[in-house]
Amino acid sequence: MNIIVAGAGKTGLTLARQLATEGHNITLIDTDNRVLESAVERYDTMAMCGNAASKAVLMQAGVEEAELVIAATDADEVNLLCCMTAHGINPKLHTIARIRSPQYADQVMTMPEVFPLSLTVNPEKRAAVEIERLLKFPGFLQRDTFAKGQVAIVELRIDPESKLCNVSLRDMGSIIKCRVLVCAVLRGGTAVAPSGNFVLQSGDRIFVTAPTADLATLLRSLGIITRRVRKVLICGGGRVSYYLAKLLESDKIEVKLLDKDHNRCVELAELLPDTTVVYGDCSIQHILDDQGLQTVDAMCSLTGMDDTNMLISMYAQSTGVSQVITKLSRGKNALAGSLDLGSVICPKELCSNDIVRYVRAMQNQTGAAISVHSIADGQAEAVEFLVDSSAKYRDTPLKQLKLKNNVLIASITHGTQTHIPNGESMFTEGDTVVVVTSGRGILKQINDIFA
Amino acid sequence: MNFKMMGRFIAQIITIEAVFMLPALGISLFGGEENAAIGFGYSIAIILLLAAVLYALCRKAGQIFGAREGLVCVALGWVCLSILGSLPFVISGEIPDFVDALFETTSGFTTTGASILRDVEALPDGLLYWRSFSHWLGGMGVLVFLLAIAPAGGDEKGFTMHLLRAESPGPEVGKLVPKMRQTALILYVIYVVLTILNVIFLLCGGMSFLEALCTAFGTAGTGGFGIKNDSIASYSPYIQWVTTVFMFIFGINFSCFYLLLMRRFRAVFRDEELRLYIGLAVGCVVLITLNILHGMDGAYETLEETVRHAAFQVSSIMTTTGFCTTDFDLWPAFSKGLLMMLMVVGACAGSTGGGMKCARVLLLFKNLRRNIRQVLNPRTVQVIRNNGKVVDEKVIANTTAYLAAYVVIIVVSYLAISLDGFSIGTNLSAVLACFNNIGPGMEAVGPTCNFADYSVWSKLVLSLCMLAGRLEIFPILALFSRSTWKRR
Repeated sequence: MNIIVAGAGKTGLTLARQLATEGHNITLIDTDNRVLESAVERYDTMAMCGNAASKAVLMQAGVEEAELVIAATDADEVNLLCCMTAHGINPKLHTIARIRSPQYADQVMTMPEVFPLSLTVNPEKRAAVEIERLLKFPGFLQRDTFAKGQVAIVELRIDPESKLCNVSLRDMGSIIKCRVLVCAVLRGGTAVAPSGNFVLQSGDRIFVTAPTADLATLLRSLGIITRRVRKVLICGGGRVSYYLAKLLESDKIEVKLLDKDHNRCVELAELLPDTTVVYGDCSIQHILDDQGLQTVDAMCSLTGMDDTNMLISMYAQSTGVSQVITKLSRGKNALAGSLDLGSVICPKELCSNDIVRYVRAMQNQTGAAISVHSIADGQAEAVEFLVDSSAKYRDTPLKQLKLKNNVLIASITHGTQTHIPNGESMFTEGDTVVVVTSGRGILKQINDIFA
Repeated sequence: MNFKMMGRFIAQIITIEAVFMLPALGISLFGGEENAAIGFGYSIAIILLLAAVLYALCRKAGQIFGAREGLVCVALGWVCLSILGSLPFVISGEIPDFVDALFETTSGFTTTGASILRDVEALPDGLLYWRSFSHWLGGMGVLVFLLAIAPAGGDEKGFTMHLLRAESPGPEVGKLVPKMRQTALILYVIYVVLTILNVIFLLCGGMSFLEALCTAFGTAGTGGFGIKNDSIASYSPYIQWVTTVFMFIFGINFSCFYLLLMRRFRAVFRDEELRLYIGLAVGCVVLITLNILHGMDGAYETLEETVRHAAFQVSSIMTTTGFCTTDFDLWPAFSKGLLMMLMVVGACAGSTGGGMKCARVLLLFKNLRRNIRQVLNPRTVQVIRNNGKVVDEKVIANTTAYLAAYVVIIVVSYLAISLDGFSIGTNLSAVLACFNNIGPGMEAVGPTCNFADYSVWSKLVLSLCMLAGRLEIFPILALFSRSTWKRR
């Protein structure tokens, strides 16, 4: 598929990499030649220097042959104009725009004949929704759901005092009292596909597939107390903080928000009636202590600086806050993975995952993946397939199948019944299958999992 | 330095070389040429063994592959290609001296066409085929071929850009389509189709199949190895005209052909480089014809013959092919001067030809014009445009650096081979002919002579010149730079 990505910022480049590895023809447009040059040297894409909203540039980028335009420059107006122009040239085109400003969200929704957008993404709002979801199910670092919410892959960290520390995967079942599958382990920054003899060590981060119904059992048996979050401290008053506070207010959760810019504090106080807005620099330890860091159930560090967020989160972890969420705008890296940062949220990855999902749905092949979630810091992928008549080896026990060697079938959902497969399991038409793989972008159809 | 990744690439390059030796082996076996067949058989075995060892040593390569690795990988790849490609000549005993064989093969892969053979016709068919085929493979580039056939997928394939940049000629190398593999494929498809067309035209002229194939390879790669001692001179005027036209075609930037296929005729018609290329060629043909008619009256019987020879020689020298139909060393001085100028200018960027490239000449002149204007009015701010688009200052800086390196290398090589004691004209034209990948020069290395009389030392210097010229200097210079080999 020919895809034009306007704006080679963090989101644009993440998308270019992801979509190029999935075999699409990517043309990047940006006004900065240097950014483009390094992009072309890293990813298999073509680059075009110019204003993405101008007709001449779009024509040169091949908008007439393109099937999708993704506008992800830092200006909402440019993104809208880019999509409108592109759509005007090629009416069959799908368009995706990043719209950050809440002022435009409404008119884009209600005036589809003026704004021909197939999808709008708002990374900050998306991040806020994700954080709210994590706060509702405390205890997990990351939680991805599949099969209409029936299956979840959750991330857990093995601490020295954890019940799972120094336990082999074979013996895990007797401790946690429900059937789950460990599909990946992150040890020292690299992902491992574990076998039954694998012994968990302190510091490992494990990715567990389980039916959503069993998640509570899992938490209880691991001794992780699942208390409802009542008090949240948000550090930083950016857009994510605003959206999050708004969501939490409607959940009747007590929110305290810290920001070091007085004008912004006043603005937020006007926008958020039920939130306690505090003017103060949240990178200073005693200010955090004064605001009752030790008494909150959850702390989210959402300032604009990744390094500040990491420091605040590490301090919060050391004081024993039960849930800590860190925003890293530049994406997770190996260093962040080895630190004790709690759950890590990366807005650009969330939003590019949404777009990749849209692109996959656009292809609409039979047997194509319904959704893709990247897990284990992007070193593995969980892919959801709907088994249809094109799938090979239906109704065959798994032990008779030969799968590719980095592929693992993590769960099979039949109707409302989800189970973790063993050698006798099989899937039939209409089932939803979740597959975990260490390769990126290699699974496009369900038949790709077979060797 | 990511040696393992480079090792893998080099292993792949030489595997391709071994595979392409198979047709030559077939021809030798079919023709009952025992020595040549043995030569190819052993060479293939040796190359495959080396490739297997390299593969085994270079498992689990890291992912970091930057501009430095790209340059060194291309340079080393070509050196290996030349050394291993000379094995059949040595093992078969047809060119027993290794340095001679190396010169001949380097000349083949770099599409130079300079030969040390006094009697080409004595060579067995298999070796003749291999000699000409090396032009074809070297013309578009073996790494481009590798990129076209290498399996898709994998992570962050962008680094292949460094390989394309290092191997493809021209000041600005870009992709035709977003995917590297497709770009490489498109280039090779155009190349193959044009070559087949050339073969068909030659066959219509009454050539035998092998002859047509070898001549077409020499034309397509703008190489210039003939299979006759007098190159193309003894063939019919029809074949000479066909070769003139096809040499000229292969000297055009391949992205122009792609634009033609995309039906963007205006863009091709407006291309400044193409206009310069055609203008220069036509101008030189007219001037040389007039010069010959005036200064060398009665040299050729008819006007058609004069124009044909002038056009053939201009096309051959400008595209840096190096075929010839007449001994242009006997032409008047002005005509020879024009040919020497064309040697330096060369063909278009992104073609299979060598030389400085019309695109660079264009940029250099535009830059000169800008500098003069700036001297006259120091406050003017000017950008340089090419086909209406602003050219990045980095490209201009690169082009001027290229010119400097070009001059320095030519002077140094000229000095180095002057030790052999030939005349100034011979030495200078030998260096120019090798560096610009043409083949024949003037005087003692003229179209009727060859490079056999040069010493071993000079042959090595000239071989290096050919490589530097084909890869456009920087990859070869990178090999000799200390900072290349430093730890990162």
